[in-house]
Amino acid sequence: MNATFLFVVIVLLAAMGYWLGRARALAVAGGKGRVLHSLPSQHGALVALWAAVPAVIALLAWTLLVPEGQRAVNPWLRVALVVATAGAGLWLALQRVRARQRARNHVEAVIRLLLLLASAVAILTTVGIVLSLLFESLRFFALVPPHEFLLGLDWAPQTAIRADQIGQSGSFGAVPVFVGTLLIAFIAMAVATPVGLMAAIWMAEYAGERVRATVKPVLEILAGVPTVVYGFFAALTVASIVRRAGESIGLEVASESALAAGLVMGIMILPFVASISDDVIRAVPVSLRHGSMALGATHSETVRRVIVPAALPGIVGGVLLGVSRAIGETMIVVMAAGLSANLTANPFAAVTTVTVQIVGLLTGDQEFDSAKTLSAFALGLVLFFVTLALNVLALQIVRRYREAYD
Amino acid sequence: MATSATSTRARVAATLKRRHRSEFLFRAFGLAAIALSLLALATLFIDIVWRARTAFVQTTITLEVFLDESIIDPEGKRDPAELRRSDTQTPIRAALRERFPEVTNQGQRRELYALLSGSAPFLLASRLVREPELIGQRIKVDLLASDDVDMLMKGHISRDLPPEQRQINDRQIGWVDAMVAAGEVRQPFNAGFFTRGDSRDPTTAGVLGAIVGSALTLLVTLALSFPLAIAAAVYLEEFAPDNRWTYLIEININNLAAVPSIVFGLLGLAVFLNFFGLPRSAPLVGGMVLSLMTLPVIIIAARAAIAAVPPSIREAAMGVGASPVQVVFHHVVPLALPGILTGTIIGMARALGETAPLLMIGMVAFIVDTPKGFTDAASVLPVQIFLWADSPERAFVERTAAATLVLLGFLVVMNATAVYLRRRFEVRY
Amino acid sequence: MRTMSVADRTRSGVIAEFPDAAAGTAAKPAAFETRELSVFYGKKQALKGINLDIDKGEVTALIGPSGCGKSTYIRCLNRMNDPIPGCRIEGKVLLDGMDVYAADIDPVELRARVGMVFQKPNPFPKSVWENVAYGPRIHGLAATRAELNDIVERSLQRAALFDEVKDRLQEPGTSLSGGQQQRLCIARALAVDPDVILMDEPCSALDPIATAKIEELIDELSGNYTIVIVTHSMQQAARVSDMTAFFHLGDLVETGPTDTIFTTPRDERTEGYITGRFG
Ligand SMILES: Nc1ncnc2c1ncn2[C@@H]1O[C@H](COP(=O)(O)OP(=O)(O)OP(=O)(O)O)[C@@H](O)[C@H]1O
Ligand SMILES: [Mg+2]
Repeated sequence: MNATFLFVVIVLLAAMGYWLGRARALAVAGGKGRVLHSLPSQHGALVALWAAVPAVIALLAWTLLVPEGQRAVNPWLRVALVVATAGAGLWLALQRVRARQRARNHVEAVIRLLLLLASAVAILTTVGIVLSLLFESLRFFALVPPHEFLLGLDWAPQTAIRADQIGQSGSFGAVPVFVGTLLIAFIAMAVATPVGLMAAIWMAEYAGERVRATVKPVLEILAGVPTVVYGFFAALTVASIVRRAGESIGLEVASESALAAGLVMGIMILPFVASISDDVIRAVPVSLRHGSMALGATHSETVRRVIVPAALPGIVGGVLLGVSRAIGETMIVVMAAGLSANLTANPFAAVTTVTVQIVGLLTGDQEFDSAKTLSAFALGLVLFFVTLALNVLALQIVRRYREAYD
Repeated sequence: MATSATSTRARVAATLKRRHRSEFLFRAFGLAAIALSLLALATLFIDIVWRARTAFVQTTITLEVFLDESIIDPEGKRDPAELRRSDTQTPIRAALRERFPEVTNQGQRRELYALLSGSAPFLLASRLVREPELIGQRIKVDLLASDDVDMLMKGHISRDLPPEQRQINDRQIGWVDAMVAAGEVRQPFNAGFFTRGDSRDPTTAGVLGAIVGSALTLLVTLALSFPLAIAAAVYLEEFAPDNRWTYLIEININNLAAVPSIVFGLLGLAVFLNFFGLPRSAPLVGGMVLSLMTLPVIIIAARAAIAAVPPSIREAAMGVGASPVQVVFHHVVPLALPGILTGTIIGMARALGETAPLLMIGMVAFIVDTPKGFTDAASVLPVQIFLWADSPERAFVERTAAATLVLLGFLVVMNATAVYLRRRFEVRY
Repeated sequence: MRTMSVADRTRSGVIAEFPDAAAGTAAKPAAFETRELSVFYGKKQALKGINLDIDKGEVTALIGPSGCGKSTYIRCLNRMNDPIPGCRIEGKVLLDGMDVYAADIDPVELRARVGMVFQKPNPFPKSVWENVAYGPRIHGLAATRAELNDIVERSLQRAALFDEVKDRLQEPGTSLSGGQQQRLCIARALAVDPDVILMDEPCSALDPIATAKIEELIDELSGNYTIVIVTHSMQQAARVSDMTAFFHLGDLVETGPTDTIFTTPRDERTEGYITGRFG
């Protein structure tokens, strides 16, 4: 007698309630529809709700309130409880079917409540994220003090499995991981920002309507390619190109260099920056353009000295959103960046990132109480709040900017 | 005034050449940026198509095998379960020795056996299950070549390399060449790639399991996120009062849309797996995680579609006495549906390409069997790509690229559908 | 309304019909001469063979009902029509005898000589100082910072704005009042030391006091600059302009000294428009 079956029982009872309620309403009306305040189907729906909702609540209450041990004692008690609640609700509601009863209003109130609950899922998700990250992180910080995690320079979680090492070896110092993340994000933005912005300027200012109408969707394709595909491309093709190029000029390049991962990540973020910049550039009032032009400015002078400065808040917002993506991007770095944490700013060296570490720590065998696995949640917490701050800031800037011009 | 105007004019004229040059340069930079973006896209696609091109054929070696009943089915029961486990390797090896009788040395024989895929006997056994009448006969069979032979035939292993740097030695190359000369090496279409699940042996690894896993996962995602998104969008657009609670919901939705996907994976791991104890690696949990991710995307699209329905339609419906709920569900939502569907398909396409959160909930496990239900252990296409890309065997490279093409193919179809819907039902009120 | 073929219009051209308008042209040197100027937006013809001379150092007012092509005409004078897609120009526009649309004319250079002020004040989202310095900077008119400061100050003074903003030079131009913004735009145009200033309904977004200030300013500037102003206000045209041209449905109906046009218009359409019977 599992919950699924009980659910089916409830649904069946509700369906019966609908049919009975509708029939009853029709009988009350005596064939004349106008007598009723609400439609017969609405009366039916109300009866169905009365059958289903209390029963579901009873089922939930049982599951939550009755302790595990006693449930097994009498499984039929639960069935009885549910069926009785549903039956009682059905019967009561059926008695109340009257011509003037405002069945529709009751049904609609329930629908509105359901709609509200659906939109609250977003809040629930955020709360779930924050709570689960916080909870596991607190357990981690009980083992490793926060300052050691945030300021320590040595990251070697694998060596800390032994109990006597935890917290003393300093092997959970996340600074090299943060630096690696920032290095790759920096390389990515160094590609995405200038190229994306220039591409946007060209599309918004110089391209004809027809060229624009083809180039823009093509750039959107670039934005729709799954990151695992970029990762494959980065690990196999770009990494070897970067290595060969570096070696040909006498540089020592790691096979999982930050540069390869950063370059490909830049390509991934580029259309995003371009698209936002294109939008904000086109939102700059045409009167400014005309004002500059009438003073004898060339097109590029107008763009560089009037339009881009006017659009700057929006562009900065877009770049910040891009940075947030770069920091949170996982697959490209998992496939093309390294696992070992090197504290370096050398783009040809292998570095690791927050997301790579999270994946590395949580795939494979897990023991859930070790500092090793828990550290992944601490990294996740940092990642969540940093990206959240960037997003809020960026959206704020963009919104301010939009308001300034409309 | 006149003199000043003249000198002004001279000064302006003096700058013109420089300014027009910088205008030209600026424009050239813009064009270069676009060209660079398009070049990146082209490189990406050409690279993948080029790498995938050889994955769609598979090298086979034709041998004359005596299907000795005394070895394969000594009891003669023809029981399918027994046949599946029967010893087909011995007859195959015998056939190889027969083909190259000059090879007598034990070590060389091992090299000879290595020409065939380790999976060849299993494939032959499952053929015998289907065609038991073959047992006892002497027939020509096409047997899968090993991945090294496959790579050699496809040109991925260069013969010019020094022997110690390649997986296949000169003697083996000699045998392969002999069989090629005799017309015993063929390269038929690699149907197995589409009909088999994952395998550690690249010659028999296929994408079917991952495709089914993706389909099951997306079904869960769709079933959860579509109704929830419509409900949430309807609430926010039509019923929500203008208060702080509504504002909170809106902020949450906008921010969730930009939360890194791996964080959703952490949520799934901590809440769905560890707290609620749902099964690891299951499409059910994968779909739940992905639906939390795609919800904001669909809600935002649905809200835009609902907001685009003009107030006049609502007023008209109200005018004939419809209640607000009836107005919304009888008039507004049906009109907004094409827009909502477009947003949903785009959200689903994103979910299909998503990898990181699924790694967190254990969908990276190596799974051979095609999943049959929502709680079976499964993989999905992008994760399959990730796993194969990580595999050291050379032969997995072309399969990774081919699986990528399959994934991109699905994405193209989904996005094209969305574009079509948008064009077809674009309402101009 | 009678429609005319192109040939018709050329023969009965306004200039030919009214000899003393032509005489006026001969007496003073013309800054602009337009000959048979026609403008098309795609298939639609917005100006139909306009022949009009704009006298040097005078204020010329362009009047006429909405959509008659005043803005189109004024934009031809500094080639601001160039970027409008589908806009095509026939005929000639001569500035000091030089064809503005000739292949070797650089619009950048032209616009430095022929400044423009728009209907809605459009200061750049920069400081007051930066707004005025913008033109001299791009055209390389000042070698030193001091020189640039000088130009900015002088331009603001000429635009009768300096005293009001001298303490707020670093504040954004958009923080000024509407009338101040419009004078800022005039100062911005003056800073590149143009010969001609085109104004397309410069007061239509302003209140009467701000309008009076701009009119005063135009009065002061006339003589030093050739000014062409589009206006919907008959009073304004009568107050500030020396010459007036009346446009109607893409035709130039009548042109002459402002006094004459307002007291004894020759064409009944002009009379009707001025007395407010249609428009
Ligand atoms: N960019 C354009 N594209 C197409 N048609 C245009 C364009 N600009 C103006 N027109 C048309 O050309 C004609 C003349 O327009 P113009 O703006 O010159 O009139 P106007 O006299 O300035 O009117 P108003 O007093 O309202 O400013 C009008 O019929 C207008 O619709
Ligand atoms: Mg106008």
